[in-house]
Amino acid sequence: MTISQEHYLPESVVAIFPDQYSREYWDRIARGELAFQRCAQCKTFRHPPGPMCPKCSSFEAEWHTVEGKGTIYSWEIVTLALNDALADYVPYNVVLVEFPDAPGVRLVTNCIDASKEQLSVGMPVEVIYQKYSKATLPRVRKA
Amino acid sequence: MTIKDIGAIVGVGHTDFYKRGQSGDQTELELMLKATMVALDDSGLTPQDIDGFSFYASGFDAGLLATALGIKELRYSTIMSGGGGGSQGTIANAVAAIQAGYAEVILCTKALKSGGDTGRRIGRMGAEPRTGRVGAGAADWDFYHNFGLTSPGQSFALMARQHMHKFGTTSEQFGAVAVSTRFHASRNPNAIHQMPITIEDHQNSRMIADPLHLLDYCLETDGGTAVIVTSAERAKDLKAKPVYVGGAAMGGPGPFGQGIFYLQMPDDIFHWSGHKPVADRVYAMAGVGPQDIDVAEMYDHFTPLVIMQLEEYGFCKPGEGGAFVEDGGLRFDTGRLPVNTHGGNLSEVYLLGLTHTIEAVRQLRGTASSQVKDAEVALVTSGPGILPTSAIILHN
Ligand SMILES: [Zn+2]
Repeated sequence: MTISQEHYLPESVVAIFPDQYSREYWDRIARGELAFQRCAQCKTFRHPPGPMCPKCSSFEAEWHTVEGKGTIYSWEIVTLALNDALADYVPYNVVLVEFPDAPGVRLVTNCIDASKEQLSVGMPVEVIYQKYSKATLPRVRKA
Repeated sequence: MTIKDIGAIVGVGHTDFYKRGQSGDQTELELMLKATMVALDDSGLTPQDIDGFSFYASGFDAGLLATALGIKELRYSTIMSGGGGGSQGTIANAVAAIQAGYAEVILCTKALKSGGDTGRRIGRMGAEPRTGRVGAGAADWDFYHNFGLTSPGQSFALMARQHMHKFGTTSEQFGAVAVSTRFHASRNPNAIHQMPITIEDHQNSRMIADPLHLLDYCLETDGGTAVIVTSAERAKDLKAKPVYVGGAAMGGPGPFGQGIFYLQMPDDIFHWSGHKPVADRVYAMAGVGPQDIDVAEMYDHFTPLVIMQLEEYGFCKPGEGGAFVEDGGLRFDTGRLPVNTHGGNLSEVYLLGLTHTIEAVRQLRGTASSQVKDAEVALVTSGPGILPTSAIILHN
C-alpha cells in the first residue's frame, strides 16, 4: 500500500501514545497495513483495541488485516477549528468508515478528496496512508 | 422495593448566571456555597441540617464543602461517574441514601466555571495538545484526536448526521428546538440569552460542525446550582411545598458505552441518545407513561439530542422527533409538549444539569416564568452522550 508524504491535517496535531493494546495497530499502520484487533476465540472485532472480548470474555486477541475498502457511515464538515493548529485547515471533514471485512468496527478518519457535496452515507472509499514524523495515519479517498 | 415517593425536593437555588469568564474571581466552591444558601433558605433549613452530599461530574471535595458549609456531621457522600448524565442521578442517589437510613438531608450541587478555575473549557474537551497517556483507555484518543475530532459537538454532529440519514430529520427541525427554547428564555429574567430567534436566524448562524450550527449548541457559562432532598415525611413540615420524587433511573445500554468519544455503538442505537432503557425504567417506577407528563425538562447540550430523547421517552415514534418539534411543538403554551420551559442549556445557562431540576420544581410549585397550566407531573433528564445517564419523574 502506498504511503504518501502528503498531509490532510498538519504535522503539529499528530501524535500517538500507544499502549500495550494499540501498539500493534500503529506498527502495522506504519507499514501500510490496516488491521483490527479481534477476539482469538469468537472472532468478534473490537476497536479501539483493548484487553478483553466483550462478547465471550476471552483475553486472547489476534490481528486481522482488512483490504481497506469500505463505506462512509457518517460524516461532518468541521468549520470552526477548536485547536489553533487547525485554524488554517478548516473546513475539513471527519468521516466514520465501516469495512465489510471487519464488521462492528468504525474508523474515525478523513476523506482527503471529497467535497461537502460529494460526501454521503454509504459512499465507497479506500484507505491510503499518510506519513508524519511522529506517526503514519490511515485516511480514505473516494473509491 | 423502590424509592418511589420516598423522598422530596424541598429547596432549590442558584447563583446569578454569567457568560463564560464573567463570574469574576468567584471560585466554583464559592458559587456552590452561594447556590446552596439560596436552596437552604428556600427550604427553611440551615447548613447544620445537611448530613449528606450527592455529587456528579467533577470538581468536588466533600471534606472541603463540609468545612466550608460548617455542617455538623457528614453521614453520607456519593458521586456518580460520567458527566452531566449524572445530574438527575444525584437526586436518585440522595433518595436511596435517605431510604437506607444513611442520611436525612442531602445536598445535590454543581457549580461550573466553564472558563474554569483551571482554565479548562468543556466545549474544547480534547482539543488541547496531548502530551502522553493518563489512565486506562487514554490511548483511545489516538484514534480521534489525530483526525481532528476534538470536541463533544463534533462527535454529536456524526450522530446527528445518522439521524438525518435514517429518518430524514432536517437542520430546520434542529433549529425548531432552538427557537422554542429561546422563546422560553425570552420570558425568563435569569436567562443569559433572551432575544427571540427564528428558524432563519438558526439557519444563518455560523456553521460549527456541519450539520450543527452555532444555535444548535448550548452555552458556555458560569454559575452554581443546588437542590435539597429529604424524606417525604420530613418534607411535610418544611417551608416549601414539597415536590416528590416519583421515580428515578440511571444507566443506559451497555454498548452505548463512552458514546460520543467512542462511536462504535451498534447501528440500531447509534442514532439514540442512550436514554431508552432509562426511560422505560423511570416510567415503570413512577407508574406513569409519556401521556402523563405535563412538562419535560430535557438536557439540551445539542438540539438533535432533544429530538432523540423525545423519541426514546415515547412522546413520538422513533424517527418522528423532527416533525414533533416543528411549528412550536415544544412551546409551554401551545405546543405538543412543553419542553425546557426555562430556556434550557441552549439559552438560559449551561451548568451541567441541575437547572433542569430547578425548573421542574418551579413548574410543580406553579412559580415558573413560563408556567404550564396545572402542571402535576414533570420529567427531568440528564446529559445524553455517555454512560451513565439518568432521569427522574417529579410530582406535586
Ligand atoms: Zn470473543
